[in-house]
Amino acid sequence: MKSLVAAFCLVLSAAPVAAETVNVKVGVLREAHARETLSILDIPAADDTLAGALTGAADNNTTGKFTNQTFEAIDAKLEDGDDLVAALDALLDKGALFIIADLSPERLLAASERAKPKGAVLFNVSATDDRLREADCRANVIHVAPTRSMLADALTQYLIWKQWRRWLLIKGSHPKDELLAQAFRNSAKKFGAKIVEERVYEDTGGGRRSDSGSVQTQRQIPVLTQNAPAYDALIAADESEVFGGYLPYRTWDPRPVAGSGGLTPTSWDPSHEQWGALQLQNRFTQTFRRLMNARDNAAWLAMRMIGEAATRTGSNDPEKLGLYLLGKDFSIAAFKGVRLTLRPWNQQLRQPILLSDGRMIVSVSPQEGFLHQTSELDTLGVDQPETKCTLK
Amino acid sequence: MHIEVTNAPSPTLPRWRGRGSRFGLSFVFAKGRSLASPLPRSGGGTGRGLWVAALLATLIAPAHAYKAYVSNEKGNSITVLDTEKMEATSTVKVGRRPRGIALNKDGSELYICAGDDDAIQVLDTKTLKVTGKLPSGPDPELLALSPDGDVIYVSNENDNLVTLIDVKKKEMIGDIPVGVEPEGMAISPDGKLLVNTSETTNMAHLIDTQSKEIVANILVDGRPRFAEFKKDGSELWVSSEVGGTVAIIDPAKRELKQKISFDIPAMSKEAIQPIGISFTRDGKRAFVALGPANRIAVIDAETKKVEKYLLVGQRVWHLAFTPDEKYLLTANGVSNDVSVIDVASLKVVKSIPVGAFPWGVVVAPQ
Repeated sequence: MKSLVAAFCLVLSAAPVAAETVNVKVGVLREAHARETLSILDIPAADDTLAGALTGAADNNTTGKFTNQTFEAIDAKLEDGDDLVAALDALLDKGALFIIADLSPERLLAASERAKPKGAVLFNVSATDDRLREADCRANVIHVAPTRSMLADALTQYLIWKQWRRWLLIKGSHPKDELLAQAFRNSAKKFGAKIVEERVYEDTGGGRRSDSGSVQTQRQIPVLTQNAPAYDALIAADESEVFGGYLPYRTWDPRPVAGSGGLTPTSWDPSHEQWGALQLQNRFTQTFRRLMNARDNAAWLAMRMIGEAATRTGSNDPEKLGLYLLGKDFSIAAFKGVRLTLRPWNQQLRQPILLSDGRMIVSVSPQEGFLHQTSELDTLGVDQPETKCTLK
Repeated sequence: MHIEVTNAPSPTLPRWRGRGSRFGLSFVFAKGRSLASPLPRSGGGTGRGLWVAALLATLIAPAHAYKAYVSNEKGNSITVLDTEKMEATSTVKVGRRPRGIALNKDGSELYICAGDDDAIQVLDTKTLKVTGKLPSGPDPELLALSPDGDVIYVSNENDNLVTLIDVKKKEMIGDIPVGVEPEGMAISPDGKLLVNTSETTNMAHLIDTQSKEIVANILVDGRPRFAEFKKDGSELWVSSEVGGTVAIIDPAKRELKQKISFDIPAMSKEAIQPIGISFTRDGKRAFVALGPANRIAVIDAETKKVEKYLLVGQRVWHLAFTPDEKYLLTANGVSNDVSVIDVASLKVVKSIPVGAFPWGVVVAPQ
């Protein structure tokens, strides 16, 4: 009993230092993202997502020197046609019981099912689908990436603050474009914007690169946007990267563009420098010779959450660390100006959303004046009273 | 024509507004720099009352005129204030992104962390000229001076190091590896114990200044930014900006004693972000700046209970007493001003406009 008390005091008073080194193994299970982006600046690098996880592991290892803990990121990249289950099993066999998952919704759910018997915890760093936090939520998945509804609400709050309430909504022709369009519709209803007309931009196939593309685009976009009812802002729902980036400066009426082009809501942007973010941008760029995107940042943050839980509990047991992350004592600093915590009802990370024009951070939501009884961050996305999630 | 924006324009009213027009919009059209003279605020009902109070206070007990120095993070300048007149007397151009500042013992030199110039500049406080610089490593942010004034300890965020600088020789004499993003620096009154806080590791590293070795690592809440010893060395307080708490550490036992948290009615928990800490000389009271909560918490340093919250300017960073402890000055980043707190009455008596994004503040010993 005496030794138990002594051990407890130690935990309270100083960083828990394990007698033997505690190794925390983290798998980075990632699928390749489309290289068909409108801007060549957005073409994913070979180490997309992984570089963020490695930056987080390096940060955790600096702390680990004082706590006798080490952190390791094990890469598992899925090429076209690769078997998800085989890749995940290989990670689990190596003892990686924390999985940073950069996967499509279907694959994320399959991975969650497969990882369950091993007690592994997954950290979703890229899928923005609301259903993964609602009807399809899973007890062993923590969502670091924001949802479409959080991103849409973040943008809408700013547009309302600007009094740009009348929107022309143009959506792409793919299912995920419709999901984003629906998030904008919900958001408009929630905060009092009006969609004056909706249009669809059909994807007729073809590539993004050509040697004189701008000549055609300059003539196509005015046609797409003419004869619209009076509106304040053009909202693009184009996750498939077919037209959103082409809209600014080319619309029939001189109007600002937002959504999947122009002013874009995102969890991270290479131009973000406030609240100490410049330090993270610097150390990422110094090591990887490129800029940090939102997936890299979410992977860094997932690794930091694992590190924080390991430091505070002195353990590498996924159950213990999961309990800590979902408990009332957990919060994490992520260069967003406020502490981030998890929504206990669906394991979604609460976070401010950046509004970027691609060069600068224009604003950060939640906007001033949007109030909430628990946390102003819960004005973004589906809130507890509306949730359909029952964790299992 | 040069346009100076003294307050960020905003189409909606900031939530903390509610004290008349003190922080009303004011655009000042000026030729060149106009920071030397106090800017008239729009309206001024409250202002006039405060002025009378301040004047009365001056008549009853003539205060010493001290010089205060304020680093303006975005202004790339130091504003010099006269604490009796409660106005800026001059503005000095310095290096880029000046944040942490410290005076030497006799107040003849001001050391300025110029982060974007990767240097610590030395300002002669008589001539108000930058006379040289000390090597510091990249991006210095905060510094601590040894009690004898011979050694400066600097936190270098990019390298995860605390750097030691010999002030006389102007050379680096060593470094100590610490956690990720070292920030807060403090030295015990006897000079034996140095503390550094690391923002991403979330620890206070206690360092023996003789051996230059870490002797304890104490976990505190998220993003620890500032550390301060009580004047008798009995306690070390560490503020956690993102965690929202102040940790109280026993430096002798090298352990965490307790944490203070803050609760301001109608203010979201996330907005309460403790940064600067100042103790009265008798150790009975502590003042803690709460960042974007725009308030200073007044704490009974014995019972650790918060006595009062004082409303100051926006995103308040650091604090400094006048040597007679009559006034406490606060640097308010977003509202570009310094609030003056009358310590005896615990009232905010004046707001002094300074440069862009004031960050650090120190007051000369005489």
